[in-house]
Amino acid sequence: MITLSKIAKVFNTKDGEVKAVDNIDLTIDKGEIFGVIGYSGAGKSTLIRLLNMLEAPTSGTVEVAGKSMHTLSRQKLRAARQEIGMIFQHFNLLWSRTVAENIAFPLEIKGVSKTEQKERVNELIKLVGLEGRGGSYPSQLSGGQKQRVGIARALANNPQVLLCDEATSALDPKTTDSILDLLVDINKKLGLTIVLITHEMHVIRKICHRVAVMESGKIVEQGDVLDIFRRPKQEMTKEFVKQVTEPEETEEALKHLLDKEGIGHVLQLTFVGGDTQRPLITDIVRKFDVNISILQGKISQTQHGSYGSLFISLSGEEKLITDVVDYIKSQQVEVEVIHSA
Amino acid sequence: MLNTILASAVFGDVNWANMWEATVETLYMSLVALIFTFFFGIILGLLLYLTDKKQIWENKAAHFIIGAYVNIFRSIPFIILIVLLVPFTRTLVGTMLGPSAALPALIIGAAPFYARMVEIALREIDKGVIEASKAMGASNGQIISKVLLPESMPALVSGITVTAIALVSYTAMAGVIGAGGLGDLAFRDGFQRNNPEITFTATVIVLIIVFILQFIGDMVTNRLDKR
Repeated sequence: MITLSKIAKVFNTKDGEVKAVDNIDLTIDKGEIFGVIGYSGAGKSTLIRLLNMLEAPTSGTVEVAGKSMHTLSRQKLRAARQEIGMIFQHFNLLWSRTVAENIAFPLEIKGVSKTEQKERVNELIKLVGLEGRGGSYPSQLSGGQKQRVGIARALANNPQVLLCDEATSALDPKTTDSILDLLVDINKKLGLTIVLITHEMHVIRKICHRVAVMESGKIVEQGDVLDIFRRPKQEMTKEFVKQVTEPEETEEALKHLLDKEGIGHVLQLTFVGGDTQRPLITDIVRKFDVNISILQGKISQTQHGSYGSLFISLSGEEKLITDVVDYIKSQQVEVEVIHSA
Repeated sequence: MLNTILASAVFGDVNWANMWEATVETLYMSLVALIFTFFFGIILGLLLYLTDKKQIWENKAAHFIIGAYVNIFRSIPFIILIVLLVPFTRTLVGTMLGPSAALPALIIGAAPFYARMVEIALREIDKGVIEASKAMGASNGQIISKVLLPESMPALVSGITVTAIALVSYTAMAGVIGAGGLGDLAFRDGFQRNNPEITFTATVIVLIIVFILQFIGDMVTNRLDKR
């Protein structure tokens, strides 16, 4: 659906050239939700704008839905953009228009007849769950409702691709989840390809099928979300994975425990997919003569299954500990000894 | 009884027929000039904004020329502008007498003034909204007519209110070259013939006109502003 090859964007600033996007190759399949994560300044904003040519690439090619975006004439580019919806961090609604008029805006641009506009707007209002709010102005809506208007507007012309530019970064956690649910819902219902950029791993975990990690204009790592969670290779990726699996309080709690006497060996187990439902701890206790106490655990749900981490402390004979670790490994569960007694 | 005495003390020898005629002339000059100022001001303001850096018609030379024009005509004191424009007005209107003769100077003086306000109003528009419109495939014409103008309308209206009030005071100066109106009446019948009542009455009428303009402007601005 989307193919970027050797794409680069260089900005000329007072301090010299800045490579916002540095020779990126990327393929995004039809119907998938693809996430790009990175800190601010990593170039992800520029990357997503290269997809609909809001930024023209310095070099490289961009193909979206079978069209070579970088070669199109202005008029053809406008037509191509009507096939690509986009939503924004700050919603970017027209405050002078009502909800219904905002949603009708892209239809007006395309030149759809008034009666068709009305019909389509009603469908979209229903789709995003804003029944009865069509006559309100954006200033009368909450952030979540504004983003729903943004989504309805982006979907008005039945696009094949939806670009989300930090679409949930200005929303509170609960509203973020409801917007993410809506995105998954339309992805399934309409078979829409969604590309989103974010700095929150939570967003990637919750809705993305695949993810690319960006750092200084380059993609440092990419793959299936579950694989990335299971085996993050780059430091940057590990940091992002930690955002979800090891919230700060876990780290603090463990640090506190490790300082104590008699804590024994502390192991970190990582379960992926169906493993999370297996009675591994029970098996260990039955097989080996060791004491186990559970320190901290967490299971996170991704689009391709669950991902969990568990911190346990073991005490027993040195030999037994090694056996336990080997046993856990033989059960296809990742294990790491993070503290030895 | 007391009222009549007071009234005759203050308004003494006011010739109400003359006063009415002058009021109509002032209103005519102000309103006609206002309509043209609104039109030309918006065009100039849009051009100023759109030819600026990073805008859709970015053009350094055009921006410089329009900016220079606006600055020059905004800086010339109005009384001097009228005199400078005498030959131009003669060819355009055919005479230097009557309210219509004041119109070219009024419009040329006020349009650049309003154009700056239009430019400021347009700059206030959130860049993200323009970006969103581009992402939807809007043409430049659609961005102007469906985004820039509607989104800046409250500021455009409050700007034209300020301009309208400035125009009313410009018409008073236009009186000096024989354009008529309340300013002319106050100066010639009031000041030169030593009838302070006439000056006073003309002032009161000008004030009433200004208050009404401000009231209408505020009302429309508030109604348009949905932020």
